Amino acid sequence: MPWPTRKRGGLDAHEKTSLGKGVFRKCDGCGETLTAEALHETFEVCPQCGQHHKLSAARWRDLILDDGKLEVWDAGLEPTDPLSFADGKPYPDRVAASQRSSKAKEAIEIGAGSINGVRVAYGAFLFSFMGGSMGSVVGEKVTRLFERGAAQRLPVVLLQASGGARMQEGILSLMQMAKTVAARERLRDAGVPFVSVLLHPTTGGVAASFAFLGDVNVAEPGALIGFAGPRVIETTIRQKLPEGFQRSEFLLDHGMIDRITSRLEMKQELGLLLGHLVLTTPLRARSSRRLPEVDD
Amino acid sequence: MAAFVLPFEKPVVELVTRVRELRALAEQDRQFLPELRRLEEKAGRLAKELFSDLSAWQKVQLSRHPNRPYTLDYIGHLFDEWLELHGDRSFGDDAAIVCGLARYRGRSVVVVGHQKGRGAKDNVKRNFGMPHPEGYRKACRMYELASRFGMPILTFIDTPGAYPGIGAEERGQSEAIGACLAAMARARVPVIATIIGEGGSGGALALGVANRVQVLEYGTYSVISPEGCASILWKDGNKADEAAERLRMTAPDLLRLRVVDRVVEEPAGGAHQDAAAAAKLVDAALHTTLTELLAKSPDQLVDDRYERFRSLGAFVG
Repeated sequence: MPWPTRKRGGLDAHEKTSLGKGVFRKCDGCGETLTAEALHETFEVCPQCGQHHKLSAARWRDLILDDGKLEVWDAGLEPTDPLSFADGKPYPDRVAASQRSSKAKEAIEIGAGSINGVRVAYGAFLFSFMGGSMGSVVGEKVTRLFERGAAQRLPVVLLQASGGARMQEGILSLMQMAKTVAARERLRDAGVPFVSVLLHPTTGGVAASFAFLGDVNVAEPGALIGFAGPRVIETTIRQKLPEGFQRSEFLLDHGMIDRITSRLEMKQELGLLLGHLVLTTPLRARSSRRLPEVDD
Repeated sequence: MAAFVLPFEKPVVELVTRVRELRALAEQDRQFLPELRRLEEKAGRLAKELFSDLSAWQKVQLSRHPNRPYTLDYIGHLFDEWLELHGDRSFGDDAAIVCGLARYRGRSVVVVGHQKGRGAKDNVKRNFGMPHPEGYRKACRMYELASRFGMPILTFIDTPGAYPGIGAEERGQSEAIGACLAAMARARVPVIATIIGEGGSGGALALGVANRVQVLEYGTYSVISPEGCASILWKDGNKADEAAERLRMTAPDLLRLRVVDRVVEEPAGGAHQDAAAAAKLVDAALHTTLTELLAKSPDQLVDDRYERFRSLGAFVG
């Protein structure tokens, strides 16, 4: 499960916004030329056609969390090189380069924050860090997110954007899928909700582990979401894939997600959802009924 | 079964074939017995020597060997009262995963395994052991059934990976695999996974969330196929041999990384030279492990599995 290689220009939305005023950008959807400033204000959603461009984790915080405030957990976790892996560049060098350009230690941030007054355990993938790929650190942090959600009874809201398991940590990356899902099941047992938010793109090992196991799964419009990447499928079946294949709308049609929600309405919808799931008075659990005693 | 011989196998296959011939003779005439014993021992030693420095890529080829015993072969050797159960209750029945009830040393167990085909026609039916979502949903149903009725789960892993196709995506391949991981994590019974051939990524892991994972000597387990890895790294699928080395996907590597708990030795020349002997070795390993796990309570089994995977990963800070 590879992380997609960067195409076209190589800058992500976050870096582009730092270029300042007067810089123009072309919308990936309608091709309209827009100022970087205007796109920044609309959280990278095209005001003309509604195309959702990638949004940095920092901007997601601003958008979703009350006052943009996140009490960050475990920011210091860093990967090692368990396989002594090199692909042109040694893995530690690749990590160091990603750390420099993204100013983060790894491809996810987790912590506590509030959404419309509801305190949540919050996580967001950084796609700009090696394609949001899941190695040991991402696996560990997602696991801790679920574990703390269960322990502190905080609903978990996790924003995913990932190419899948990180090849450079090999089989240990695969093991993170089992580890994170097991933790997700502990959250389920604790009766604490998990809202899974699928962003562009969510594929491979992240899609095939916790991403679809939300109590509610919400996706952004037009996001690529699936198990295998489109190129892998095309090579396997030797035919071109239909327009819109593996996009959010396709997933909604096939019953895989609950809702498609525009980024600009995401906070409001998450607030509504959490209101229903958390701020409600639960009915008395009905499991108190005893089985009849059996005589020996 | 048509014999298929890899170039590097040749000397070992010749040896093993000669032993087999002599064994047939000895069965008719006891005077060949001492000669048979002598040759058996020599063949075993030589085979070990010849296979002692196989490259990772050669082991990958062995793990995919078309004569290798598959799940149904092991089922035939290991279990009694086998009863295959079909279907996912939503869409169809996927022949790339076989599931059912069986008796193992007197105890009812649930068996789930990938199944590759023998020959072209069977391989089409089995989709070369690459399951669709309905295969995983069938497996999921079995994990829940086993947990409900207190039957140990024994899985056999042997797949190039979950199938990447249009129908698979339409029917939710990701969700189906994720749900398997969850159901295995929750199972309140002993779960033992045996990698008998190829352990191809998430499609393999959906049968692999076990209390104990064991791999056959020439089995492999990887996050991506060596061909896939090579085509990403060097845009050249032909460099799979180099990728196989780097992915640390062979049995000794997996043991060192603690991804597997035990390596099960294979007969001289590999499991495909003597399926019955291979099954005996698997049986011995399964029996020891199951006995150990049966001493645990349902809660302990769930916690044990949790801790096993919880501890996997490499990081600092």
